[in-house]
Amino acid sequence: MISPVLRAFVEPWPWYVAGPIIGLFVPGLLLVGNKMFGISANLRHACAVALPGRVEFFRYDWRRIGGWNLVFALGILVGGAIAGQLLAGDAGTNIGPAARESLAALGVRDFTGLMPRDLFSWAALATWQGLVMLVGGGFLIGFGTAYAGGCTSGHAISGLADLQLPSLVAVLGFFAGGLVSTWLIMPLLVGG
Amino acid sequence: MVIKEHSGTRRGDDIGTRSARRTRDDRTPPSSGAPTSAAATSAAPVHAGAAAGAPSPRGLAIYLLLGTLFGIVLTKSEVISWFRIQEMFRFQAFHMYGIIGSAIVVAGLALRLIKRLRLRALDGQVIVVPPKVLGNGTRYWVGGTLFGLGWALVGACPGPLFALLGNGVGVMLVPIASAIAGTWAYGALRPRLPH
Repeated sequence: MISPVLRAFVEPWPWYVAGPIIGLFVPGLLLVGNKMFGISANLRHACAVALPGRVEFFRYDWRRIGGWNLVFALGILVGGAIAGQLLAGDAGTNIGPAARESLAALGVRDFTGLMPRDLFSWAALATWQGLVMLVGGGFLIGFGTAYAGGCTSGHAISGLADLQLPSLVAVLGFFAGGLVSTWLIMPLLVGG
Repeated sequence: MVIKEHSGTRRGDDIGTRSARRTRDDRTPPSSGAPTSAAATSAAPVHAGAAAGAPSPRGLAIYLLLGTLFGIVLTKSEVISWFRIQEMFRFQAFHMYGIIGSAIVVAGLALRLIKRLRLRALDGQVIVVPPKVLGNGTRYWVGGTLFGLGWALVGACPGPLFALLGNGVGVMLVPIASAIAGTWAYGALRPRLPH
């Protein structure tokens, strides 16, 4: 028997709660420190920290420019741990029956976690499908977001909220790429 | 540095007084007078905000707190779920569209308010949102499409990647590492790529 207040924290949050909170990060970070909300800059900062080499793109004062954002990313990890450990209600994702049906038809068997365990595990790295999804997918994320100058947070949320045309072009690209992966590439990888 | 931060906090308190703000506008330059760094002059500057120096540990604590809140929201709203991303790209639920859409609306209204009231950040600097330059748009549609291909393959974008790691999905270290490698590859190839 848990209190209704606690239950509200434990159960999955609906879009109309989560979306506005996420939106408030844009003015929040501006008001706190004149920072633009955008996560993928951390990938660039990580390069600047670890291996700037002679690449001009990574030769800047990452402590001054990216320190706050690296700490923000660390916070995301901590927040994920807190929510996963303390606020986890029923495990699994509450996707609708339509998505469940088409993913099952695709060959997905495990619907209990945040992702199909057989596709996202260390063992999956031994398969070519796992390599394409985890290594290839990750590489495309990093290359694409650096090329486009932002990811879902920087372009789709910060950029579109500021009515920036370049962000709209980038977001249309995000969706074009996502649809190609989902509808054309994924069937070759899952259950294939 | 420390002195500057103190006075900045004090100035941040009277954000609502318009006349006081105007007089300060006259003497405060819109950006720091420090010489522009290599990053600032390059075609793709890192947004540094208006702060001139590295923030203090105490200044960083608030970003840790905000990041933690963000990680909790991403997890509790199932944005970090591979299934939710698949559902979105299959147009089978409103959930993700509702989240992204309402986030844009709320952020957009807040930005309008910030600009109209010419609000200042806690350090006293006027808030500026640097505009992006479209150019011929190549970098945005090519880079965006490549990112989208990866987003749907992994089922997570950069924020959720970190949140998933926190949720105990250790194998997410692999896409994080290869995303960093991908960013590095872009940095190395950048002079030869069309933008």
